[in-house]
Amino acid sequence: MKVILRNPRREVELEGVRRVAEVFRRLELVPESYLVIKSGELVTSDEPVSDEDVLELRPVISGG
Amino acid sequence: MKCRVCRGKAVIAVRRHNANFCRSHFLEHVRRQVERTIDDYKMFGSDDRLVLGVSGGKDSLALWDILTGLGYRVDGVYLHLGIGEYSSESLTLSQRFALTRNLRLEVVDLTVEYGFAVPEAAAASHRTPCSACGLSKRYSLNKVAAERGYDVLVMGHNLDDEAATLFSNVLGWNVEYLGRQHPVLPSTEDGLCKKVKPLIRVAERETAAYAILAGIDYEVEECPMAAGNTINRYKEWLNRLEEQSPGIKANFLFGFLERGSPLFEVSDDIALRICSNCGQPTTGDVCAFCRLQQVTISRRQDG
Ligand code: SF4
Ligand SMILES: [Zn+2]
Ligand SMILES: [Zn+2]
Repeated sequence: MKVILRNPRREVELEGVRRVAEVFRRLELVPESYLVIKSGELVTSDEPVSDEDVLELRPVISGG
Repeated sequence: MKCRVCRGKAVIAVRRHNANFCRSHFLEHVRRQVERTIDDYKMFGSDDRLVLGVSGGKDSLALWDILTGLGYRVDGVYLHLGIGEYSSESLTLSQRFALTRNLRLEVVDLTVEYGFAVPEAAAASHRTPCSACGLSKRYSLNKVAAERGYDVLVMGHNLDDEAATLFSNVLGWNVEYLGRQHPVLPSTEDGLCKKVKPLIRVAERETAAYAILAGIDYEVEECPMAAGNTINRYKEWLNRLEEQSPGIKANFLFGFLERGSPLFEVSDDIALRICSNCGQPTTGDVCAFCRLQQVTISRRQDG
């Protein structure tokens, strides 16, 4: 699957991930600091995903 | 996961409330949190003239949407900070939001109004960009609110903003700041407009989710000057704690507001004076903003 990250914008390829929660574990990111968008929709951590999916991890922390 | 209210598919989990929500019940949940905050802290009523500090980011645009949805009439003021493409893009997003909803947005350009922009002021004053920026925002938004006769200046600070600021003030034991950290600051006779923060019960992740779910086009790119910003780093750490103990950010902030902040209250008799340069309230002779302006412009002439 393709994971899109921002600030700075970059893409990461992951294989064999089955749920959104696993993406955070693999990338060692804190779920509370992101929202996950799959096909234009917000999804929760238990959302099933497959290798064909594109996920955007939208950072929620901004500005001072 | 299922929505707590309708058992439909949830789009977001709010772990500290032990609740998951579908789109429409989440939007409703957030609006109710804000409504409750406005009432609990007696922030304003429907007769008050309100002006919102608009940045083009998720918080201020979400709050504008929420307040107008609750039936308040709210104007906006955008402060152009002169931070390259980031500023022009967030201005465009703010204007588009206002235009499509028929809301009034006043634009104040720091460079036009005061002769300098944030990056230059930060370099000249040896402040961090966010400190020069924060000072400029507080000063000019208050000035617009007071001069245009608004009753209340509304700001979009969320739960995470307030918890991280509190964390920073506790780490440094900045007792004066602790005494002034409150979701409602009253107006003063010498020109401070009443200032309120209705989003303090809504976590940053939730204001972002609100903006996305309400179809609000907001500035997603981070400000280029935010790199290394300590408040953002504290937010990240607090989120790690939140991950282990859902609710810890809210407990930290609201425990402070209920039980801690009275201990730091400053007496009202630290009389504010009038800045000898601009006439705005200050504790010294020349206010911090005018000093920032002077140092920035004199550096330019020197060099
Ligand atoms: S990140 Fe800092 S410099 Fe950028 S807009 Fe926010 S406060 Fe200003
Ligand atoms: Zn529902
Ligand atoms: Zn001044």
